[in-house]
Amino acid sequence: MKICVLMKQVPDNDSAIVLSNDGSGIKLDDITWCTNESDTYALEEALLIKEAQGGEVVACTLGRESSQQVIKDALAKGADRGLYIPDDGLDNYDILATAKIFSQILKDENFHLILSGLQSNDSGNSQLGLLLAEMLQMSHAALVMGTEIVNENQIRVKQELEGGWFQWTELDLPASITIQSGLNKPRYASLRGIMMMKKKPIEIFDKSRIDRTAIENKIFLEKMYIPNKIKETTFIEGTPDEIADKLVDIMINEIKVF
Amino acid sequence: MEILVFIQRDNHTLNRNSLEALTGAQQIAKSINGQVTAVCFGDPHEVIAGYDIHQVLCVHDQKLESYNPLLFCEAAAQIISRIHPELILFGHTYQTRDWVPRLSARLNIPFVSDCIAIQHSDGLVLTRQIHQGKINTDLSIAGPVLASVQSGAFRLDSLVAGKADLQNVSVDLSQVICTVRPGEKFQESKGSVDLSRAKVIVSIGRGIGKEENMSIAKALADVMDAELGSSRPVVDYGWLPHEHQVGSSGQTVAPKLYLALGISGAIQHQVGMKSSANIIAINKDSNAPIFEIADIGVIADLFDIVPKITEKIRAFKR
Repeated sequence: MKICVLMKQVPDNDSAIVLSNDGSGIKLDDITWCTNESDTYALEEALLIKEAQGGEVVACTLGRESSQQVIKDALAKGADRGLYIPDDGLDNYDILATAKIFSQILKDENFHLILSGLQSNDSGNSQLGLLLAEMLQMSHAALVMGTEIVNENQIRVKQELEGGWFQWTELDLPASITIQSGLNKPRYASLRGIMMMKKKPIEIFDKSRIDRTAIENKIFLEKMYIPNKIKETTFIEGTPDEIADKLVDIMINEIKVF
Repeated sequence: MEILVFIQRDNHTLNRNSLEALTGAQQIAKSINGQVTAVCFGDPHEVIAGYDIHQVLCVHDQKLESYNPLLFCEAAAQIISRIHPELILFGHTYQTRDWVPRLSARLNIPFVSDCIAIQHSDGLVLTRQIHQGKINTDLSIAGPVLASVQSGAFRLDSLVAGKADLQNVSVDLSQVICTVRPGEKFQESKGSVDLSRAKVIVSIGRGIGKEENMSIAKALADVMDAELGSSRPVVDYGWLPHEHQVGSSGQTVAPKLYLALGISGAIQHQVGMKSSANIIAINKDSNAPIFEIADIGVIADLFDIVPKITEKIRAFKR
């Protein structure tokens, strides 16, 4: 089974997201970067499938220089090779155009499976793996909470629906599936894995190989801003004791929960 | 401008989020003298003809009776290529998230997902959130666009009744090879926790940090006679069973008091709890989206505050 995992480097959950002065993006200075959470589950699922079926796991990312760390972490956990696409000049494309770039890069690899996290925590389009399914003529499933390889031509996936409902879906390979967080327990890299990582290949994709004639942006950013508040929030300040006193008073005398 | 709205059917009812999208379509059409067409797969549904829109296209086909992304994609692509709408709207449902990206690639029309507002002023402007609700972006589009609207972005009670022209149309699905075969829907065994009836919910988010700290929140829930709720990560980490999860993939709740501890309040969580009568949020990140919907906010480390609240309520009850 030849498996590709699409991964992305995003701001850590604890990083403050602040608009840049010209409002065209966010301030990058104080951001701590990490691998997008659902992508770590996608990687783990790929590694589990490889361990059961044999084959190869390729970790692929497009992003800034620092995002090679995402690939290195994946290699240390057990991925076999990395494919890094520098974002220089490619970072302002909308998701449809971005998918066209990926499809050019991945089409000759003939993967049996493409796994990606359900949604990136930054742009949150939830589309790349599914757009690629169409472009590379693969079957697809979104919101996958479990996988089961049936045979070399088929996979069954458990898809999450709304309100606690699920559905098993049968897919013919090749397939591209997007992984919901929580379906497995992502491993930590072992010391041995980290040592081995240094010997594994990372291909840096030469972007001059991308044919840009059919790749055009159709979505344009007009404005970026902090959302207006829906409610007027009363903020309570003070020492922990004072805050707790006020909260308990509100619960008892205003909300009357007791 | 021609606006097409795809109405999702959930068994024999029309999906609420789709009808909200229809409300949006009515409002946009009104502002620019546009025309709204609704599309519904399966048997004609009379309800849909009772709204103030131009027409309803009902697609009769045995193959569209139950959901299949490849058949839905092909049917929608054929209809869109016949009427050339400039805006094609969907509710942002799990089904939409599964098949509409594929439709986008097939038609080479961009898909702007999970919009919180769509307006027309000198061209379409679609608003969507990034960085998990911390930032809004206004987007303009070159050419036609597919867009899904977030639950609650348009109000269902603003949907204008009227009479639409009901038309049956057919599509040719004979060329579709079904490499995707969805099975029956099922629910995991239901636990004993019914959060929808709870009066007070103490809800725990990622900010609790580690499993050992769960006892701090549990102690507060105990003294308040509250049910325990949580955001997704806490369930993903295995610290609480799934039946405690509040949000789009968990339960929808509306208690008298919702106490959010260390919950950032991503939209997937908000949709499950924003109807709570009172929301108190404690979070150390002042930019956390939970503060957009909280009535009372405390910007602090929950470990400094929560044990003191527990202590004080215990004292009060004595």
